[in-house]
Amino acid sequence: MDITFDNVSYIYQPNSPFEHRALENLSFQIPSGSFVAVIGHTGSGKSTLIQHLNGLLAPTHGSVTIGDVMLQAGSKPKNLKALRKQVGVVFQYPEHQLFEETIEKDISFGPLNFGVQEEEIKQRVQETIEAVGLSSDMLERSPFDLSGGQMRRVAIAGVLAMNPRVLVLDEPTAGLDPKGQREIMDMFYKLHHEKNLTTVHVTHSMEDALAYADYVIVMHNGHMYMQGKPLEVFKEKEALNKVGLDVPEIIELTTKMNKRFGLSLEYKKQSVEELAAEAAHKLKGGSV
Amino acid sequence: MNSSMVIGQYVPGDSPVHHMDPRAKITIIFFFVIVVFFANSVASYGALALFALLSVGVTKIPPRFIAKGLKPVWFLIIFTFILHLVVTKEGNVLFSVLGFDVYSGALIQGVAISLRFFLLILITSLLTLTTTPIAITDAIESILHPLKRIKFPVHELALMMSISLRFIPTLMQETEKISKAQASRGVDFRTGPIKERLKAIVPLLVPLFVSAFKRAEELAMAMEARGYQGGEGRTKLRELALRKIDYMVLVLFTFVIIAVFLTRA
Amino acid sequence: MEQSFLEFQNVSFQYREDSPVVLDDVSIQVNQNEWVAVIGHNGSGKSTMAKLMNGLLFPNEGHVYVDGLKLSDENIWEIRRKVGMVFQNPDNQFVGTTVKDDVAFGLENHGIPREEMIKRIAHSLKAVGMEEYEDHEPHRLSGGQKQRVAIASVLAVAPSMIILDEATAMLDPKGRKEIMHTVNQVRQERDVSVVTITHDLNEVTLADRVIVMNKGNVWFEGTPRELFEQKGDLQSIGLDIPLVSKFAHELKELGLNVNKQPLNHEELMDELWTLHSTM
Ligand SMILES: Nc1ncnc2c1ncn2[C@@H]1O[C@H](COP(=O)(O)OP(=O)(O)OP(=O)(O)O)[C@@H](O)[C@H]1O
Ligand SMILES: Nc1ncnc2c1ncn2[C@@H]1O[C@H](COP(=O)(O)OP(=O)(O)OP(=O)(O)O)[C@@H](O)[C@H]1O
Ligand SMILES: [Mg+2]
Ligand SMILES: [Mg+2]
Repeated sequence: MDITFDNVSYIYQPNSPFEHRALENLSFQIPSGSFVAVIGHTGSGKSTLIQHLNGLLAPTHGSVTIGDVMLQAGSKPKNLKALRKQVGVVFQYPEHQLFEETIEKDISFGPLNFGVQEEEIKQRVQETIEAVGLSSDMLERSPFDLSGGQMRRVAIAGVLAMNPRVLVLDEPTAGLDPKGQREIMDMFYKLHHEKNLTTVHVTHSMEDALAYADYVIVMHNGHMYMQGKPLEVFKEKEALNKVGLDVPEIIELTTKMNKRFGLSLEYKKQSVEELAAEAAHKLKGGSV
Repeated sequence: MNSSMVIGQYVPGDSPVHHMDPRAKITIIFFFVIVVFFANSVASYGALALFALLSVGVTKIPPRFIAKGLKPVWFLIIFTFILHLVVTKEGNVLFSVLGFDVYSGALIQGVAISLRFFLLILITSLLTLTTTPIAITDAIESILHPLKRIKFPVHELALMMSISLRFIPTLMQETEKISKAQASRGVDFRTGPIKERLKAIVPLLVPLFVSAFKRAEELAMAMEARGYQGGEGRTKLRELALRKIDYMVLVLFTFVIIAVFLTRA
Repeated sequence: MEQSFLEFQNVSFQYREDSPVVLDDVSIQVNQNEWVAVIGHNGSGKSTMAKLMNGLLFPNEGHVYVDGLKLSDENIWEIRRKVGMVFQNPDNQFVGTTVKDDVAFGLENHGIPREEMIKRIAHSLKAVGMEEYEDHEPHRLSGGQKQRVAIASVLAVAPSMIILDEATAMLDPKGRKEIMHTVNQVRQERDVSVVTITHDLNEVTLADRVIVMNKGNVWFEGTPRELFEQKGDLQSIGLDIPLVSKFAHELKELGLNVNKQPLNHEELMDELWTLHSTM
């Protein structure tokens, strides 16, 4: 589904001493099927932004359009339930939302609320538990008897089982070990392509933004600071540093090598192996 | 964040009332509450009202703000007033409204009771307006100190209070977070029949309890790691000390009490 | 020979008799003034190990020595004063209602006189750059600021060792850098051993020594340089190596003889420069 933000502002607790402008004049478009990373320092408005995607917040000014649902300042949103059925949100530390007695019931909770047939739910539970890398023998166990990483996976399965068209991820890998982080991100990436989803990924990891996204939105104090293809955005080291962000390490390293050895390596998403081979070739050959 | 509105509406300030020892404030309020019930003449009410209004004036807190804080109780005050008008049948009939005779005694009593009520609320809200919650906790601990001899867990009680104060904003944020997560999974907390809405609370309460327990467990662990082993042998950073201003106000208030008793009808 | 400050002798631990063994015959030591990083997959026993270091847990078998004292019921309070700990969740370890009160909490527990307390609070808040936030309430601080207060609270008690159990896990990159900077600064100013438990490989490169845990066993013990020389093995236990190390490995395989395993960009560059100029 296409997503459009048109001049969106959001103010927390307007007209009170605690008034806070969290988003200001935000406009952008996310075409259906793209994988977008949203980056920015803490408090820059990332979580506020994504809460507009399924109508948890409605804009104070401007309008947000998701597919054929429009959230407009001042008017009561309709079809919220239909919207939430299509937009799955994985919040930060999603394991905190588990509550059922068994894993199966917890995964079924979303689809049940949206009136999916029982047969269909059973099938989805099987599919999603496998998709997140757990075995279906575990379905009868309590979600509270699992390790942190396993709980995270169950919670994610609960969102996937709603069969959303848009997947919104708010730092889904925080606190996992390196292998766990990679597995979870690879899984989202795979689903994104297989099911042709639109994915919006909030992350503090420039590495992930570079590796998975085909478009990057950079937030700063509620404003859109930059946007573009990852390779373009991450060229702007100084601009990013200014708002407390970095460029991915591999780009940083490439730049430094070029400077020190007068090379002309260009980073265009090659793997570490490929980049090393290029570098070695140029260093050895001496040809610059 | 809206949290600060919940923990008493403390308004930071630099007035003598702000600087008073919270124990002195609590003591005065305690006696004020008692003495109000002895007032029964214009002069005795006047003395108390004067004291209360003077205190409010000194704090420099905008009256508008105080009035806003009193909003929920206006209704009660007016209700009490009307109740008295209708129920009491003493003195002469002054006039009648909607078929009800209003007696002069009723009017006097109505005003007196409402005024009493108003003064009570005003003076107690003055405490929370000018004192941080933690200072109130300290004062309670200090006032209850003598109870330690009879093994009453004064220190633990105070610690519990201050930790609750500390965690109210955190738990409120948590509640909001979880309800948003469940709303994204299709729970509807706002519409539908009552039975459905009650059922919708389960997915909110269970995670909230789980997380509160987990927090408590981690907090206990952190406290232990930082050497907490109960009230014995602890020193305190916050020291309460009665100063000149406290004695002055206490003396002034004693005069007010004496005035009330002298002018009683 | 360096003086060891903390020592585990054949420590085994399980949470309940019928639950699995979490630490199995672990022997390690941490020297005075040393910075040791501990890494390992989720559930490998890192946090359990940390809790055994200051008597929050007791070993089922083996012994724990802190500063020459054998951990026992009688001396846990003394040991906790020597070993300070910062936990993962910044919210769940903030006891006071304001920054100042929180730093005071540990001092109050140890019966430090008020005059001394005021001095130490000011000093330790300054050490972490939070002196201007004395009267702030916790919910008005960012995660990184809360963790800095937690470090100040630990420093105020003047411990000989500080353990940070994934203290940066819930922070953004800037918050992480702040904390690492703070730790470095503290190490320059005082005599303290530091143990950092982390999943962040770049944090590991800053330490003097690394302990890698795997399924309750010590899988590796040595310098970060030694550790990152072995690439594939680390991946097999759910971990990874930093990008620079990966890059150096590749170059080596391509015949560029990078001798010293580089830990950061500068080291890699310097290595290559030496090679380059001799080619
Ligand atoms: N419920 C709320 N009431 C008032 N202010 C809020 C509320 N939620 C967030 N804010 C404020 O709005 C701003 C943006 O917050 P938001 O959570 O969107 O940031 P973020 O970019 O997601 O940060 P992080 O990386 O820390 O998650 C912050 O300054 C925050 O303090
Ligand atoms: N309070 C407890 N009761 C029972 N088992 C526990 C308890 N705490 C941890 N465990 C178990 O002990 C093992 C080691 O846990 P520990 O917390 O030490 O791991 P860790 O290495 O710190 O992991 P992480 O990287 O996820 O923090 C895990 O299998 C865990 O499930
Ligand atoms: Mg956020
Ligand atoms: Mg741990």
